[in-house]
Amino acid sequence: MSNDSNSNRLSRRHFLAVAGGLTIVIAGAAVVPGLSRSKEDNTNGERITAWVNIQPDGKITIYNPAAEMGQGSMTALAIIIAEELDADWNDVAIEHSPIEPDVYGLSWRGGLGGPMITVGSRTVMGYYEHLRMAGAQARYVLMANASKKWGVPIEELTTGPSKVLHQSSGKSISYGEISRFATAPDKLPDIDQDQLKSAEEFRLIGKVTDRHDIPSKVDGTAEYAMDINVPDMLHAVISRSPVHGSKPDLQNESDLRTMEGIVDIVILDHGVGILAQKIEQALKAKRFMQIKWSEDGMASGHDSQAAYEIYDATSRSDDTNWHSIVSEGSVEDNLSADDVIEARFKNDYVYHAQMEPLNALVSPPREGDPAEVWVGSQAQAGARQAAAEALNLPEDQVILHPCYLGGGFGRRSMADYVTEAALLAKHADKPVKLLWTREDDLQYGAFRPICSQTLQAKVKADGTISAWSHRIVGTGGGLLGSGARIPYYTMDAKRVEMHSIEHGVRTKHWRSVAHGPNKFAIEAFIDEIARKLGFDPYLYRRRLMINDQRSLAVLDAAAAMCDWNSPAPEGRARGIAFAERSGALAAGVAEISVDRNTGMIKVHHFWAAVDAGVVVQPHNAIAQIEGGIVFGISSVLRESITFKDGKVQQSNFHDYPIARMADTPDQLEVKIIPSDEKPAGIGEASTPLVGGAIANAFLALTGNSLRHMPFTSERVLEVLS
Amino acid sequence: MLIKTSFTLNGEVVQVETAPDAMLLWTLREELKLTGTKYGCGIALCGACTVHLDKVPVRACITPVSVVSGRSVTTIEGLSKEGLHPLQQAWIDEQVPQCGYCQSGQIMQAAALLENNKKPTREEIIGHMNGVLCRCGTYNRVFKAIEKASQEG
Ligand code: FES
Ligand code: FES
Repeated sequence: MSNDSNSNRLSRRHFLAVAGGLTIVIAGAAVVPGLSRSKEDNTNGERITAWVNIQPDGKITIYNPAAEMGQGSMTALAIIIAEELDADWNDVAIEHSPIEPDVYGLSWRGGLGGPMITVGSRTVMGYYEHLRMAGAQARYVLMANASKKWGVPIEELTTGPSKVLHQSSGKSISYGEISRFATAPDKLPDIDQDQLKSAEEFRLIGKVTDRHDIPSKVDGTAEYAMDINVPDMLHAVISRSPVHGSKPDLQNESDLRTMEGIVDIVILDHGVGILAQKIEQALKAKRFMQIKWSEDGMASGHDSQAAYEIYDATSRSDDTNWHSIVSEGSVEDNLSADDVIEARFKNDYVYHAQMEPLNALVSPPREGDPAEVWVGSQAQAGARQAAAEALNLPEDQVILHPCYLGGGFGRRSMADYVTEAALLAKHADKPVKLLWTREDDLQYGAFRPICSQTLQAKVKADGTISAWSHRIVGTGGGLLGSGARIPYYTMDAKRVEMHSIEHGVRTKHWRSVAHGPNKFAIEAFIDEIARKLGFDPYLYRRRLMINDQRSLAVLDAAAAMCDWNSPAPEGRARGIAFAERSGALAAGVAEISVDRNTGMIKVHHFWAAVDAGVVVQPHNAIAQIEGGIVFGISSVLRESITFKDGKVQQSNFHDYPIARMADTPDQLEVKIIPSDEKPAGIGEASTPLVGGAIANAFLALTGNSLRHMPFTSERVLEVLS
Repeated sequence: MLIKTSFTLNGEVVQVETAPDAMLLWTLREELKLTGTKYGCGIALCGACTVHLDKVPVRACITPVSVVSGRSVTTIEGLSKEGLHPLQQAWIDEQVPQCGYCQSGQIMQAAALLENNKKPTREEIIGHMNGVLCRCGTYNRVFKAIEKASQEG
């Protein structure tokens, strides 16, 4: 560890023998020199910023700083601590940590204390090293106390599941027992990396199969924010601007006010809120609302179909002000040649469609008690800040109760819905539960942006790519660029550039961000090149990966899984694709068929191999990779948000279809490649594979290219005719 | 104006006072505090609100409370009288849920299938389950868990 030893020096206050238990405040304090005074001084025996609490009855509570949205990180983080603590997994309970980014934030400049945000598949990789250290230090403290009590040198002690052992005397004492008398050492030892367990010694990492949250998710007891009720609570819905940025002019306020149960109408900048006694009263009033919207919305006039024409012209124009993503070697000379291969790819807007529509419950401060917020958020600290701002309170006057998220996928790292609920609660001076209907959630969505990508390559007869150009034109600014780099493919010269055009519509990170569109375009283009040159797409990728053995191993694993050289069953073909996301390397193969009458693509089989370094919970990782593939199939085959006159054209699942059981491949096979490398992100690793794998299978099957996602029946039929 | 409706809910007779056009979904969730039944779309497109009405799976979001008068409603909370229903156990064994939000609906829909068809075929399972959406993409595990429960049942 490179931490300087000073930062590992703990005062007594960091190690609390609290009433009936032991709270160990280690990781935060040990690696966050900036732990603020006020928090230190607040250590008066209450549970404060801590990772672990041990009770005399043996119960070990581990505090989880991450949002749980089905990705399993609440379990994974606890496993990491419990492993080095040498805890018995059956003793472990998991609770939400307080919202204290200084202590519980992600890894940041060598320590914890970065943002408390659950995005970009970063949770396990962002906490892994620090939480191992925290667990190891907690274990050391327990051993030191046993050593003192027994009067034996600490070197003679070992631990077993939740106990300290002295082999030669046969003595043993449980962690719970130790918590009764434990005191803090003045200084915690520096624990070296090599004092941590080796992979062979792991009892929990890579072994625990079950997720902590699952039992509550099969009997209806798991609590989402929408399930919370508090006394005196009002229900609210909001009619929001159909064209982003337009302002409401409510036409029938007095009529609405006479409707049963309506408590108040609140005019907001971007919509009109209704407060009612019951949710159905609010919903009914919303249906009757008549609003004239101002014509000056910033998304006014946006037409997503027409935007593609602008993008195409922009990518051809010499005047475009490109933002460079990669510039290696010179491509210009090579790209002026006649035999340059070129293709253009597009992708429509897509919507998060998390199953639980957005909602939040905010209770304003009462008689000196702080305000309270119940929300499922990927950015808990940001959500609390948003509520505090809207309520005009300091942040420490707002208590945020994290709830399970009924899906996040990037949408729940925004706090717009929390701000709204807080504004309404402030206005009503009563607790308000705000519900976004599915229509609200979709039409006031924040979408993965559209873009058009022009790829060009100059290729020698032997397959060497002497120049590669990838130009992305779209909207959404920085949301366009991720995944455009391809360091694993060796080429003589690369140029990757992007340009964003503002349309005034709401855009947002969406599971794997731009990796979906960019890896699709790159991988489909590689297959188009291979086909032109008469190379096998898998072998051609192998050739391009000549300098990246780790990526190559993943590609080979996927090819082996599907027995690439064996012919696909009659009427089907296979396509291969490769992607990296959040440090994870993934290769996938789709086996598809096409109904030439209906234009429907069916994915029969999908194989994926992933190298994500050390995998804390392999079973859950497989589930994430499976889910990511289905999520990918959904977006690649079905999902499209379109705008006309600045308005979203879709409203619910009838015109925004997502994948169903029948769309799931008959077989989904996932292989996790064993690795000792640092953990990488899993939750988004497989989604970017799907566009390329399906397009490439389609090319192999029909000889035609699919270059516009989603590959709807209409587009498939058009390409085939 | 409020109307009174009596029905059997998870085996016990209950009476609610609601607006005449109140839907079962919101009555369950907000009046009866049974929040395991979820709101996902409100117009019978997603299946998150699936409950049993006289053993038949229905979408609570479009089922008026008046319709259930005198009949029997079962929600996820009442699916199993004691311990876990075999499907719930299979759901844990297969580690089906991710975010979990759709899963009450998945389980209730699946339970109605096994009630009438102890050994459904692959096509029957897909045909029966296809209306219940899962954004997290757990369908392959939902399928496996149903198969598992049906083989053991
Ligand atoms: S909420 Fe009833 S089907 Fe979607
Ligand atoms: S588990 Fe998340 S929607 Fe199904």
